[in-house]
Amino acid sequence: MNDMRIAERDVSTSETKIAARGVQVHYGTTHALKDVDIDILNGNVTAFIGPSGCGKSTFLRCLNRMNDTIAAAKVTGSIKLDGEDIYDAKVDPVQLRAKVGMVFQKPNPFPKSIYDNVAYGPKIHGLTRSKAELDNVVETSLKKAALWNEVKDRLHSPGTGLSGGQQQRLCIARAVATSPEVLLMDEPCSALDPIATAQVEELIDELRGQFAVVIVTHSMQQAARVSQKTAFFHLGNLVEFGETGQIFTNPRDPRTESYISGRIG
Amino acid sequence: MPVLWIALIVLAAAAIAYVLARRSALASAQGDVRRMHSLPSYYGWHAFILTALPALLLMLAWLIFQPLFIENRIASQLPAEATATATSQQLAMRDVRSVADGLQAAISSGAITPEEMEAFTNDPSTLRARLGEAGVALGGNVTSETLEAAQNFRALASTMNLTMTVLVIGVALAGAAIALKQVRPDFWARNAVERTVMGLLIFASAIAIFTTISIVFSMVFETMNFFRQYPWQSFFFGTTWSPVFHGNSQLGIVPLLWGTLYISFIALLVAVPIGLFAAIYLSEYASNRVRSFAKPLIEVLAGIPTIVYGLFALVTVGPLLRDYFAQPLGLGSSGTSVMTAGLVMGVMIIPFVSSLSDDIINSVPQSLRDGSLGLGATKSETIRQVVLPAALPGIVGAVLLAASRAIGETMIVVLGAGAAARLGLNPFEAMTTITVKIVSQLTGDTDFNSPETLVAFALGLTLFVITLGLNIFALYIVRKYREQYE
Repeated sequence: MNDMRIAERDVSTSETKIAARGVQVHYGTTHALKDVDIDILNGNVTAFIGPSGCGKSTFLRCLNRMNDTIAAAKVTGSIKLDGEDIYDAKVDPVQLRAKVGMVFQKPNPFPKSIYDNVAYGPKIHGLTRSKAELDNVVETSLKKAALWNEVKDRLHSPGTGLSGGQQQRLCIARAVATSPEVLLMDEPCSALDPIATAQVEELIDELRGQFAVVIVTHSMQQAARVSQKTAFFHLGNLVEFGETGQIFTNPRDPRTESYISGRIG
Repeated sequence: MPVLWIALIVLAAAAIAYVLARRSALASAQGDVRRMHSLPSYYGWHAFILTALPALLLMLAWLIFQPLFIENRIASQLPAEATATATSQQLAMRDVRSVADGLQAAISSGAITPEEMEAFTNDPSTLRARLGEAGVALGGNVTSETLEAAQNFRALASTMNLTMTVLVIGVALAGAAIALKQVRPDFWARNAVERTVMGLLIFASAIAIFTTISIVFSMVFETMNFFRQYPWQSFFFGTTWSPVFHGNSQLGIVPLLWGTLYISFIALLVAVPIGLFAAIYLSEYASNRVRSFAKPLIEVLAGIPTIVYGLFALVTVGPLLRDYFAQPLGLGSSGTSVMTAGLVMGVMIIPFVSSLSDDIINSVPQSLRDGSLGLGATKSETIRQVVLPAALPGIVGAVLLAASRAIGETMIVVLGAGAAARLGLNPFEAMTTITVKIVSQLTGDTDFNSPETLVAFALGLTLFVITLGLNIFALYIVRKYREQYE
């Protein structure tokens, strides 16, 4: 495939974090994802775009094995994180998910205080040795999620009491607190208003310095604003993958062109 | 005319009004539904309601007040010695009523002709035998005063019945006429029907509330009667329960309360962990196939009659505990014990805990589980730290519901724990509960004026207050810890 060569070229300039080859997903009898090859690079934001039901969220959930929680889902092919196959029997999906964090479409703070929401990951993975260290992790994570100033005076009030945008940033802080290597975001702004969306987008751009970020989005403007690389999915196929600028200005595949110009989708 | 017939006539009139109103609504809009405020069937329903509802309400009120009215009128005609005291008046009225009912039955079946009736008026002494032949038994010979009163009773009742029939049907027809006159395209029939529906719903909830209030009141009055005869200090703080029917009873609630709480505590100790774990397995781990047959199977436990549990306690669990635990450990030799009743009752309330908790755990949004799993938590960590805290208010509610079930349980206690009121810590001894004593104080020959019987109401009220307290506590917990999800 042509577009793969672009990705291969980039590998020489930036380190590959996740390499997927020939990934297929079946939900029962439905063939949801067909033969996807993709490389996710460190220090970049990769956007997955495509119409509803095209398989982009399914693929995202393959990257941290969240599809394991769905009994009917079957994943084949290879997905390597730092050269290690994450579907290997030796890999504990629980450990994997600590390394590959995820932020979901709808804000889903736990019914706990703001502090406990952020401290949840570090606590269950034993990342901190003392209360002071944990306080520190919570504070840094909230700062990274640009939420610290808004909540520092009410860390012990419930996380569910925040506004939608704040809740989503709380969920990002919660994901960041386990210091993942990859951050997956499944339409993180779809439930947010434009101001909160702008805040989260700004945040994504800051976060890519520390992790590889993969974002699924329905908004092509958002993909264009935040990502360096874009993958276009259609009907379970990866149609085109390349530099964001190239995808949006000079798509190679006619289907990509139709989608970004608004003719399909 | 019998009440059923009147009701049927009113309903038939209402049905006709429905059809007429619907048709005239359509006609008034020249067959174009869009020019009317409401759909044609709403005009029909409005007419139906206006025809049936006031008429049936009138009939209901009439039926309630007619006997009171007749009784008053007839009582004033009875001789003075019969109405001297309330009791003698009641007795006299009962005679009058039974003679009147007997005559009515005999005449309507044709056993006594109206001509014979004339003869009886002059000589009532043979009436009893004659009615007996016709299959109507009377308690004593009929005096001429009673017969006269009975005749008046029948006459008055039949006049009033006729009046009622005419009035009810008249009101129904008037309602129908008004409704039919109201049918115009700009009449808001839909809103009128809506108001009636709301009234119906308010009525239904009011019945439930008033029933509760009246139950409480009847208990409160009897309890006040009890406390007039027995000091409340001895009731609430007395540690001995020994009712004696010829007086000098000691009626302390403490041993019964202790037995109730002890047995319920053991039952909850059994039911809460088992029920909760079963619920967690069913909702979080079990496949759909397992769940679809395991859940109904567990719920079968709730459908077993408690007397069957009682037998199980008496025949199986009791002897087992005595032979393998109590006697070898030297803790007692009683076949009935707190432990027996507690264990069996615990099994009984497992489905209350498990079924409700399962529903509650299932209603915790999947997004919370995903969030936790996505952070690298294991399944059991997710359940312990995210799902259960989110479901906690509901689970507490389920447990308290099970607790009030346990506190109110009687049969298992009678057969499992015995009927001996005792204050002790040994779970292998027989004890008993409040509900068992309520039953035993009210069964058999009872005199409703002695404290030994009235104490049952005080016990019942205490039980009610305890379960009410539990419910309020449950509400408080639920409010305090409730979380809002989308």
